[in-house]
Amino acid sequence: MRSRLVLWVPLALLAFFVGVAGYMLTQEKDQFVESTMIGQPLPAFALKPAVASLPGAAKADFVGAKPRLLNIWASWCVPCIAEAPQLEALQAQGVEIIGIAIRDRPADVANFLARYGNPYARIGADDISEVQLAIGSSGVPETFVIDAAGVIRYQHIGDIRDNDVALLLAELEKAQ
Amino acid sequence: MIAEIGLAALWLAAALAVLQMVSGGFALRTSDGEAMNPLAIYARPAAVVQAVLAVLAFAMLLWAFAVTDLSLKLVASNSHSMKPMIYKITGTWGNHEGSMLLWVGVLALSGGLLAAFERRLPERTMGATLAVQGFVALGFYAFLLLSSNPFERLPIPATEGVGLNPLLQDIGLAIHPPTLYAGYVGLSVAFSLAMGALLTREVNPAFARVMRPWVLGAWVLLTFGITAGSYWAYYELGWGGWWFWDPVENASLMPWLAATALMHSVAVLAARDALRTWTIMLGVLAFSMSMLGTFLVRSGVLTSVHAFAVDPERGAFILGLLGLYIGGAFTIFALRAGAVSEGTRFSFSSREGALVFNNVMLSAILAIVLLGTLYPLVTEAFDVRVSVGPPYFNPAAAIFAVPMFMVMAVGPLLRWKEDKPARIQFEMLLIAAVLVAVIALVSFFGQFPLLPLLGLGLAAALAVAAMLPLRGRKLTRVPVATWGMVLAHFGVAVSLFGMACEGAFTQERLAAVAPGGTEQVGDFAVTLQSVSPVAGPNWTAIEARIAVSRNGAEPVILNPQARSFWSPSQATSESALLTRWDGQMYVVIGNQAEDGRWQLRVWWKPFVTFIWYGGLLIALGGVLAIAGRVRVDVKRRAAVKLGAARRADLDALNPASVPAE
Repeated sequence: MRSRLVLWVPLALLAFFVGVAGYMLTQEKDQFVESTMIGQPLPAFALKPAVASLPGAAKADFVGAKPRLLNIWASWCVPCIAEAPQLEALQAQGVEIIGIAIRDRPADVANFLARYGNPYARIGADDISEVQLAIGSSGVPETFVIDAAGVIRYQHIGDIRDNDVALLLAELEKAQ
Repeated sequence: MIAEIGLAALWLAAALAVLQMVSGGFALRTSDGEAMNPLAIYARPAAVVQAVLAVLAFAMLLWAFAVTDLSLKLVASNSHSMKPMIYKITGTWGNHEGSMLLWVGVLALSGGLLAAFERRLPERTMGATLAVQGFVALGFYAFLLLSSNPFERLPIPATEGVGLNPLLQDIGLAIHPPTLYAGYVGLSVAFSLAMGALLTREVNPAFARVMRPWVLGAWVLLTFGITAGSYWAYYELGWGGWWFWDPVENASLMPWLAATALMHSVAVLAARDALRTWTIMLGVLAFSMSMLGTFLVRSGVLTSVHAFAVDPERGAFILGLLGLYIGGAFTIFALRAGAVSEGTRFSFSSREGALVFNNVMLSAILAIVLLGTLYPLVTEAFDVRVSVGPPYFNPAAAIFAVPMFMVMAVGPLLRWKEDKPARIQFEMLLIAAVLVAVIALVSFFGQFPLLPLLGLGLAAALAVAAMLPLRGRKLTRVPVATWGMVLAHFGVAVSLFGMACEGAFTQERLAAVAPGGTEQVGDFAVTLQSVSPVAGPNWTAIEARIAVSRNGAEPVILNPQARSFWSPSQATSESALLTRWDGQMYVVIGNQAEDGRWQLRVWWKPFVTFIWYGGLLIALGGVLAIAGRVRVDVKRRAAVKLGAARRADLDALNPASVPAE
């Protein structure tokens, strides 16, 4: 009888949720997935500034002298708040961080930077996620290591935690 | 000694929960027409004594915090002898263990109240309800005693405590979490009643009338708690926003949405004997949303600005309880709900029809919020980490909220069972005219985003519609509960108006200002007069002296601060607010730039306070509805008593009288 089967739907949904949540509780939070874009050069792009106080970002900004970090973030993204201190720590180590703000507004970006600090050398505004999709990033926040030739060398998915700082510094060293 | 008394009371309460569960279970073995199973009589007293013990345990913990007993691990890690007394006391529930003890205390208290005062239900249903309530309480006692003992002693007493999260050192904390908890727990009673009724096949209007005050009470507390929490986040986080769709905020919103739907559906069941299965389903859903909220907040599976007390082991425990209770409830639901008969039928254009439509819309919004909150968790399980924010929640929720508000305007005007829309065509035209006129007027004066524009129109239409049920009635004869509905619906309009104004008309200014400099925001001239260091009991701060003058009038001085707490060290910004009847000025001071200028952020938010006034009106409407029901109930009880007394008098006058055969 169909109507009887419908009554089991809530239980099935709950079982699915409990299963996923239970699995998540047993998982270590730091997991890295190799992206297919790693090893490929950055696609060409030029984004307008996301906030008045900083310049925008273009592919040319990544080319020359040293490897840099490309940080995909947004002021509306909560994990981005969590990773702000780690980005500042990286900047304090002399790393140049170029931000790309996804679907954001200048006022919100300015608020975020005022409140959580500004580790960025420049921030481009990606209002339609074009660059985000082009470099194979599926969410915010994500951080990429780009070498001096503009080639994507490493992808970090999710917020940068304390122990990831050393890891990213090592990846930047490798990309020299 | 204090801690030992508390711990002993907690263990005894747990033992009584077992007794309540088993004894209540025996009530189910009583078959119809038979006297009560003799083993079932212990459930009620067990629930009452358990309530006393659980409250005692919480009182002991309050005491330990008040005197800063540093031999307790919980006090040492969450309090500080230098803290102001009020925050020592609120610190009792500003941490994981204490707040869980508060939760259990309120749970036991409401179970005790139910057992002591509720006499309308059949004893079998009551026994089953108390058994479920005992079973739920037992899980939380086990959680406290086995994995989060609040009374744990330190081997060597600490010399000083390590403070409290400074964001939580705020009067908002004194009211916000306890109110929400009491609301969550009220839903647990609704859950137990729903299960009791389902198990004993007593899903009927009598049961709905017993359940209604608990749902209404829980809903009032949740409304109040969310309103207070939103205002707290607004002035304490210093972002100028009032809702962030943060997982923890959503965790409090979801039970409210479910409770709102449940409250309306239980009213239909009580009045019309319809929506039986749906009411049971919502009863389970409302409580599962409160448990889910607890799980999300406590387990740390989601990143949140509120995240505290993060511990996977505790998360696993709560998840286990969630699976057990809600899984069990859904299983019973699936097995039994098919056997619950359908109840009275009604046509779509009737008050029931409108309520069902809005219930479905509320459930859809609940699903939207639930999906958005859990989506990051689910994708993370597949190794993709995302954050879902307002760009998803606002439009997705609006898709269902807009038709809901429209039906909400018309629903109370319809008659029960069946009605012709033509009967209320004047009212419908009036509401539509207000809606269109306001939208046209506002868009004539400027370019505004779609959602705030719609919000303004709907708010005006709803405000008019909320008053229409009073039309043509003698105001002194309108029942108190109806006034409650009118007030609550009007409160929704007020709140919506505040949200729309905030969205459409907010003026914002972010500027670097040198002392003496002036910035113009809307009608206001904002002058930074000076910046000076100040110190509080456990913090130091930079305090700005800002003169705000509207259209050249006498200036008002505001003092926003950037505070640094030293135990534990953490920085917060204390916004300064200037409230006028037509809005609020919101000022935050930021960092000092190298050239000596200060970062000032200033917002003028027209009518933003209406968001919370509306919330309070909604809660007040709920209070009126409860008061109305209680008054009717007291009258009924008095009448029953009077009738019994008259009969006794008659019998006394005429002892030989026998009832006519």
